[in-house]
Amino acid sequence: MAVIALERRPAPSAVWRWATPPLAVLLTMLAGGAMFAALGQDPLIAIRTIFWDPLFAEQFASYARPQLLVKAGPLILIAIGLAMGFRAGVWNIGAEGQYIVGAICGAAAGLALYPADTRLILPLMALAGALGGWAWAMIPALLKTRFGTNEILVSLLLVYVAEQLVAAMALGPLRNPEGGGFPGSRNLARWESSANPELIAGTGMHWGVVTAFIAVIFAYVIFTRHLAGFQIRLMGEAPRAARFGGVRPGRLVILCFGVSGALAGLAGLFEVTGPAGQLNIDFGAGYGFTAIIVAFLGRLHPIGILLAGLLMALTYIGGELAQLMLGLPAAAIQAFQGMLLFFLLGVDVFTNYRLRLGRRRIA
Amino acid sequence: MDLSSINWLLLLASLMVASTPILLAGLGELVVERAGVLNLGVEGMMITGAVCGFAIGFETGSAVWGFAAAAGAGAALSLVFGVLTQVLMSNQVATGLALTLFGLGLSSLIGQGYIGERGVNVPDVPLGPLADLPVIGPILFRHDAVVYLSLLLCLAIWLFLYRSRAGLVLRSVGESAQAAHALGTKVVRIRLTAIAFGGACAGLGGAYISLVRVPQWTDGMTAGAGWIALALVVFASWRPWRLLLGAYLFGGLTVLQLNLQAAGVALPVEYLSMAPYILTILVLVIISSGRGRAALGAPAALGRSFHAAA
Amino acid sequence: MLRRTFLASSALAVGFGTALGTAALAQDDPFKAGFIYVGPIGDGGWTYTHNEGRLALEEEFGDGIETVYQESVPEGADAIRAMTQMALSGADIIFATSFGYMDQVLEVAEQFPDVKFEHATGYKQADNVATYSARFYEGRAVQGHIAGSMTDTNIVGYIASYPIPEVIRGINSAYIHATKVNPDVEFRVVWVYTWFDPAKEADAATALIEQGADVILQHTDSTAPLAAAEAAGGVIGFGQASDMAAFKPSPRVSSILDVWGPYYIDRVQAVMDGTWESGDTWHGIGEGMVGIGEITDAVPDEVRQEALALKESIASGEYHPFTGPLNKQDGTPWLAEGETADDGTLLGMNFYVEGLTGDIPE
Repeated sequence: MAVIALERRPAPSAVWRWATPPLAVLLTMLAGGAMFAALGQDPLIAIRTIFWDPLFAEQFASYARPQLLVKAGPLILIAIGLAMGFRAGVWNIGAEGQYIVGAICGAAAGLALYPADTRLILPLMALAGALGGWAWAMIPALLKTRFGTNEILVSLLLVYVAEQLVAAMALGPLRNPEGGGFPGSRNLARWESSANPELIAGTGMHWGVVTAFIAVIFAYVIFTRHLAGFQIRLMGEAPRAARFGGVRPGRLVILCFGVSGALAGLAGLFEVTGPAGQLNIDFGAGYGFTAIIVAFLGRLHPIGILLAGLLMALTYIGGELAQLMLGLPAAAIQAFQGMLLFFLLGVDVFTNYRLRLGRRRIA
Repeated sequence: MDLSSINWLLLLASLMVASTPILLAGLGELVVERAGVLNLGVEGMMITGAVCGFAIGFETGSAVWGFAAAAGAGAALSLVFGVLTQVLMSNQVATGLALTLFGLGLSSLIGQGYIGERGVNVPDVPLGPLADLPVIGPILFRHDAVVYLSLLLCLAIWLFLYRSRAGLVLRSVGESAQAAHALGTKVVRIRLTAIAFGGACAGLGGAYISLVRVPQWTDGMTAGAGWIALALVVFASWRPWRLLLGAYLFGGLTVLQLNLQAAGVALPVEYLSMAPYILTILVLVIISSGRGRAALGAPAALGRSFHAAA
Repeated sequence: MLRRTFLASSALAVGFGTALGTAALAQDDPFKAGFIYVGPIGDGGWTYTHNEGRLALEEEFGDGIETVYQESVPEGADAIRAMTQMALSGADIIFATSFGYMDQVLEVAEQFPDVKFEHATGYKQADNVATYSARFYEGRAVQGHIAGSMTDTNIVGYIASYPIPEVIRGINSAYIHATKVNPDVEFRVVWVYTWFDPAKEADAATALIEQGADVILQHTDSTAPLAAAEAAGGVIGFGQASDMAAFKPSPRVSSILDVWGPYYIDRVQAVMDGTWESGDTWHGIGEGMVGIGEITDAVPDEVRQEALALKESIASGEYHPFTGPLNKQDGTPWLAEGETADDGTLLGMNFYVEGLTGDIPE
């Protein structure tokens, strides 16, 4: 009986690794176009509005291009940290919680000094934010190394705890005393000492974006040139060999969780002091979860993550434009993003496997 | 404060109803995880079940068809995840998250025409004299069919996992897909079946919210129940009866909290809402560190991709 | 303080903002109104009613207006972007329909001086930023009257969302008017800490009903409490935000309606005429921003007449729902005989009136 089977490639295909994302985008355009047509839209115009207009339409591009960085910055920063762990087989899926706790700790550190006027406050807050994210990540890491507790589940559960915590903070200790009784902290972007403003006008670059770029470069160097990068990969691909090679898995777990937690915490802090401005009940807008997807879309490679983060941001901003200009419902954009992710994840199979047309062997 | 105003019998009865959505979704996810698959898309499947159940129930005027459609829709959506993770070997965590994103969008699109409409009526099962029994009558015998279905499902899953050969095979797939494959088990087929079953259960759980609990369709109405179901499976350490207990405990905590407030007890609600998750983490730590670790821990192959190296 | 941080960045934005603003004006029509919503249109509550207001605009002006909207916009950076893109696309007026957009509205408004902004439930204005809100507590007074008259158990359940002035005002207003007709009435307040979680709202309603409440008031947006009331039997409730007519004639005996359309039409007309001015609008039943949905036959005729009379006296301005003598919960005097509450106190209300039990959560 002739069947199509998948056969593992001896080594991942470099060609497919880079060819699959464009292929996936193309497939999404076809499937998404069909969906838009079903909703009574011209699919070509919808696709153009999402992928082309934010970058090149005269009316929007000069504003939307920098916004890509604003939206992609935290995604990239978090995803870089996560990728390090994912490469080592260490599964931190609670970055959303670390992002939130980082923002809480950073904001609390800053607000404790309100209304002091010194340039040192933002760096201090960044430190507190990184520490907060790091500490939150240490919970699953230590439980993993000490008791062997599943880190996927613990880190996920801690997201729920963090979400409740931020609501409690926005309504309680960190509530703006001059906010008319509404929930939410003081606006940190409007307090000069804590503000994380656009650094060069019209670029969208704020400290969080800068940190994300630095993280990409660091990760690139570590993954390709440094011993730690090698150990991480070895741990992920051949844990037993890694142990013989002198890698201490416990320390690696602590390291991966620590780095990803601290980066997520930083991302949260730069978001709350910059674009978001204040801590609110639903501060966590899902960046931590989206970053997981970004990490995988970027094939856990720093450059890939950079591109994947920008692509993800493009679909957000383009999606908003499609709502605005075409009246597409937000739900259609969400479904469209879901499709994009499905295709990107699905076609990746060709990187590691090849299609073989043959006969089924009798087992 | 007036605790005497709390009617404990009614409280127990309403916690059974309150817990049914997470119980159903949790039971499905339990089977999925027992097969070694971690599907984080429960929320997406639940909300899709909720909208399809409501829509079909509304169109046909029949709750039965509504629930059937919800199960079907949940299963269909879960198979997207199944094909991606099992056939195309994509990462389960990322694919599950994408499934939730997609499900939330899809459900909202489907539901556009049903906002503000009123759902079909789901009657309680007439259990005659049983319902009039003192104490246990109001607690146990005045519910709708789905509550009883969820209890039966719990029993059936327990029987299946521990008393049937097929259940043994499923668990072996979850412990080591490679070993099971070596013994001639069709790993992918079994996992796909488990995933579809999990999707159907999640769909039912969602439909219980839109057809019984609320009953109405509004965007995002499951409001995170799918994530609670995921925590619940862990809390239950992958055992059906513990899942039942856990569901009633999780649901009970909310119901009790609201009852205490209604009785005038001031509570730190936000901090209390963290309790189920912290409790679950503690349970996880205990089962992973205790002596009975091998017997109690997570399915060993949980979350790992499998490819049959022919 | 905010100037230095973002004056630099806004220079460029103002550059292309005004350029485009004039471009839009050059094309002249159609007039464009933009809306940003905090939830999905399908929430059946807050956002749904604002969208009804948008549709009322389209109805009123027909081809003379183009409306655009963006739903489920998180408060923060996304809101800034949403409004900026709307302004860039040529919007002449933008309605931002959530309190949490306050600082973002001001920021975007500063960059687009030619675009008018309307911010719902906020309190910060600027030359091109007006604020508006509705005196929902007036509707609560009518609800409280019906609730106090209708309860047999003398227990009224109240599902509250978050402990903020808006919600506390509603509880106080309903309570004052319930005790006026029924001095024995007792309010049980449950805080659910969500605006929208139908299942939890159902649980809260059930808990209240089980403890003897036979009237349920809600400050959350779903119909779940009404469904719970119906299932329990013999319990009444009220529609919130939208009419929730599907539950007529009982358990839904009346409703508080958010009616934004007339205000939106007014403001758009003002921009078209060039008479738009910034300001703070707080309209109630009289101006039609707060509506009282049909009081059904489930309410005895006498009670209905009283409720309608109360509604009329509030609408005409003859009566203010917060009229003294009123004490705070701890017994300290708040309003003397005949004195009415000033808007400032109402806007920041953080205390219960005398007679209510329990504490407002901190």
